[in-house]
Amino acid sequence: MSIVIEPPRTAKPKRTNWEKWGWIYMRVSGVALIILVFGHLFANLWVGEGIKAIDFAFVAGKWSDPFWQVWDLLMLWLALIHGTNGMRTIVNDYAEREKTRKRLVWILWATCVALIVLGTLVIYTFDPCPANGTPENLPSFCPVNQS
Amino acid sequence: MPSKPAGTLYRGKVGMWSWVLHRITGVAIFFFLLVHVLDTSLVRLSPEAYDVVIATYKTPIIGLAELGLVAAILFHAFNGIRIILIDFWSKGSKYQNAMFWVVVSIAFVIFAIFTPRHLGNVFG
Repeated sequence: MSIVIEPPRTAKPKRTNWEKWGWIYMRVSGVALIILVFGHLFANLWVGEGIKAIDFAFVAGKWSDPFWQVWDLLMLWLALIHGTNGMRTIVNDYAEREKTRKRLVWILWATCVALIVLGTLVIYTFDPCPANGTPENLPSFCPVNQS
Repeated sequence: MPSKPAGTLYRGKVGMWSWVLHRITGVAIFFFLLVHVLDTSLVRLSPEAYDVVIATYKTPIIGLAELGLVAAILFHAFNGIRIILIDFWSKGSKYQNAMFWVVVSIAFVIFAIFTPRHLGNVFG
């Protein structure tokens, strides 16, 4: 009678290592955000009159261009997830009670999701020439300012 | 007499303080981001609502706070590259101290170039 010897086995496959993917995400999104955020600051705070020139018409001008829509959408998603994950790391470090820690992390991700949904909807349902705008607040390309 | 800790990559000296600064600037940028998504969302409500709120960004006090925000972003961005280099570059940990001062210098130079122009826009 032969004896069956179990072959040596490594530990059974682990579940997804979220901490590892979080670590990778911080670095990948961080590099992308350097380009996205500095581009954003350059276009909004450096070019022309900077902060002084920012109003509804300025935003409308930018978001009439799919380039800036995609730019801001990427920045919104990457930055909020990057920031929320960073805050999660800090909460994990300093929260002493497990219940408090879990609650704070839940609040962080809930806030993150809410703002990503809000921001995405705003970018893609945005109307540069809304009916409730007075002509002087609207960009020059709106029909109301074309007469 | 126990001697003072010599300091390692992480404890004491530049390694620790860059970590502290990275956290503080990160938290500051995070809370600004929350506010900034909300204020930008006002464009969907009405042009007037957005213009009224964005006008506060042009006031002297918030204008100065924006310098702090830009300084925080500059440090966090370049120190982030330093962290990546410590992780992935074979000589990263050897040069982490020097890289910290490179980070501070680059951030300071860009800040020094940006500040007069921004102050001109806020106060001019």
